Amino acid sequence: MTTRAWLLADSPTSRWQANAGRAYRVFTALLRNPLSVLGGVIILVLLLTALFAPWIAPFSPTGQNLSQRLLPPSGVNWMGTDELGRDIFSRVVWGSQITLTIVLLVALISAPLGLLIGAIAGYFGGWVDKILMGFTDIFLSLPKLILALAFVAALGPGINNAIIAIAVTSWPAYARIARAETLTIRNAEYISAVQLAGGGPIRVIVQHILPLCTSSMIVRVTLDMAGVILTAAGLGFIGLGAQPPLPEWGAMISRGRTFILDQWWVATMPGFAIIIVSLGFCFLGDGLRDVLDPKSEGKS
Amino acid sequence: MSAPLLEVENLRVSFPTHSGRVEVVKGLSFTLGRERLGIVGESGSGKSMTGRSILKLIRKPGEVTADKLHFDGIDILDQSEKQMRAIRGARISMVMQDPKFSLNPVMTVGQQIAEALVTHQKLGRKEVQQRILDMLTAVRINDPERVAKLYPHEVSGGMGQRVMIAMMLIPEPELLIADEPTSALDVSVQAQVLDIIDDLVTRKGMGLILISHDLALVSRYCDRILVMNSGQVVEECAAGQLDQAQHPYTRGLLAAMPVLNETRDELPVLDRTQWAGT
Amino acid sequence: MSALTLKNLDISYGDTKVVHGVNLDVPEGESFALVGESGSGKSTILRAIAGLAPEWTGEISVLGTPRTHRVDRNVSRQVQMVFQDPYGSLHPRKTIDSALSEPLAIHGIGNRDERVEAVLKQVGLDQRFRFRFPHQLSGGQRQRVAIARALMLEPKVLLLDEPTSALDVSVQAEILNLLKRLRREQNLTFLMVTHNLPVVSFLCDRLAVMRHGRIVEIADVAQLKQGELREPYSRELLAATAG
Repeated sequence: MTTRAWLLADSPTSRWQANAGRAYRVFTALLRNPLSVLGGVIILVLLLTALFAPWIAPFSPTGQNLSQRLLPPSGVNWMGTDELGRDIFSRVVWGSQITLTIVLLVALISAPLGLLIGAIAGYFGGWVDKILMGFTDIFLSLPKLILALAFVAALGPGINNAIIAIAVTSWPAYARIARAETLTIRNAEYISAVQLAGGGPIRVIVQHILPLCTSSMIVRVTLDMAGVILTAAGLGFIGLGAQPPLPEWGAMISRGRTFILDQWWVATMPGFAIIIVSLGFCFLGDGLRDVLDPKSEGKS
Repeated sequence: MSAPLLEVENLRVSFPTHSGRVEVVKGLSFTLGRERLGIVGESGSGKSMTGRSILKLIRKPGEVTADKLHFDGIDILDQSEKQMRAIRGARISMVMQDPKFSLNPVMTVGQQIAEALVTHQKLGRKEVQQRILDMLTAVRINDPERVAKLYPHEVSGGMGQRVMIAMMLIPEPELLIADEPTSALDVSVQAQVLDIIDDLVTRKGMGLILISHDLALVSRYCDRILVMNSGQVVEECAAGQLDQAQHPYTRGLLAAMPVLNETRDELPVLDRTQWAGT
Repeated sequence: MSALTLKNLDISYGDTKVVHGVNLDVPEGESFALVGESGSGKSTILRAIAGLAPEWTGEISVLGTPRTHRVDRNVSRQVQMVFQDPYGSLHPRKTIDSALSEPLAIHGIGNRDERVEAVLKQVGLDQRFRFRFPHQLSGGQRQRVAIARALMLEPKVLLLDEPTSALDVSVQAEILNLLKRLRREQNLTFLMVTHNLPVVSFLCDRLAVMRHGRIVEIADVAQLKQGELREPYSRELLAATAG
């Protein structure tokens, strides 16, 4: 039996085969959408770049060479050099590590936090819901960037604090979605059946409600990644994110601002990187939404 | 019987899937005069798709083909979307299963019926009002003036379905397609609603296609019955002769229904292999 | 012994009372039907017995023991429920296997593989279905899975909430036969909610006709078969069914 036949078997013979088959179906459905494939490729390139930065980058990202200041793009310096003679291409390549760290950590902190808070609020209702959602609403009512600014100002500038600040400002949106989904799921008969079998609230929430919320959460997080990158860049731009000489893309744009008219490449090249990666996440998120939508399940 | 109102020959409806196009209606043919035709079948038999394709309501990527699909001499398959809009509602109407999903929640009952009327005819305001009240009375709503001012969530399921029927019949169509018009209703209300449809259809000399899964119900309200199974008609008979049905599928369906005075210890189950080849 | 006893049972949803002073006694091994139109409160009684509608007053006893207002693990092993909608009662992302193993996991019962295989056989499902997802099953197959899930904890009482009303006639016959066989084999007590009188005639011994949250009449199925229900409302229902 070929692997494909095994994956698409109508009657799987083990738990593992059933789940692998489902994952494979999602994957092939994703491959049918050209834009999401493009998004996936962009994210893959970002991952590989971050992983192999030391081998890809031709120069050191921090090594200064004042005799080579502000050189335009050429065969040697593909994206030119900045005001301290550092190779911009190498800095963009190394910067991908920082961007990826920010994105991953923010996603890992805020999505599960929001998911859990929303699911708990939605499942129990009553005063638990009122308190948790009141708290969420306070966060939601403040503009994201301002709130992040306040956190960074309180915690001190730096990449780690920027990550914490962004994570703290982005979970409320996830909590809202998770709560709304939980409200529609909690009265479903399959949830009643688990309660009837004696399953407690922890089992119901963790094993039955959360798996149904996660697919929409994955989509939402992927779509939000672009915003996270932009917020991080924004914090870097006003000097509250990554500190020099770290090659963070936002901070690089900020430095290049001074030379924008005469040496356009200094600010533009990291800008391109931000745009492309943001687009990549958006495309992938859109594709995932179409594939993971529970309504399309069963048809595929 | 007068000249046929609807002629269908070799109707096919198909949808694409992973493994190529799948036909859900496979070569259906029938003609309909000003009579009551019942289409019976279980879920997946293609009965609803048949109803929808007559109104050209099958959306892409679904595909409808037929050697002939004529309504009163008009070739339905040749009509543009714009021409179809003039036919839908005015000349052919459709009552759907659940009134909750077919009524607009932010318009009053009266407004919705009025809209159904004025889309197809130009009438004065007073006249419209009078027609609405007459129609609501015709579907046996006792105080039509009050009901016309209600919103859909303020009326019960049976009342909502009567409002739907009023909406569908007020432009005086020549053909009414009722797709499971009463499955969402309680038994006692079901009979009322069907009696109303039956009464209006006979009085105005309309054609009726009643689509349902319920053999007993269809045989009570129709003149002729088509029994469908997996996209094909397996049996066609007069409603009164249902008990003499020949095809094993029809016989199986009849036998599988428990009766009020049930003495059997076990209900016979359909043996689906028997006609799988046909 | 009584399998289920309801005394002066009132049930509310928020501020509205939907069931008023219901008294009922179902002996062990009997198949009892609650009949009525939508909104008559018949499903609410099932939910209260199962512990899913906690706002009630009066007394509910299961096999002689009064039950509390919340879901209770001891009651779970005695009473299980089969829901109406086979499309809404199975978790869309869980295989049949995990739906069936879940009750065992909750109660810490071992031998799960054998038990799942055995119960699939009991409800007439091939082992091939074990690792499928619900969307790969037909309505009748799903309802078999739902019945299998209810049987996992080997309960004495099954609450059936319109178990066949969402199914095709031919599939309904299969499920009714299955329920009848299971009851005979495992000496189960049924409390079934339905609006379909012929189904009552096939599967039940006694019935209660409900209207507006009250029991109007309790009768024997023999009376139903002869068309000898006394109350005017019951006769109305009967007439609507007979046409």
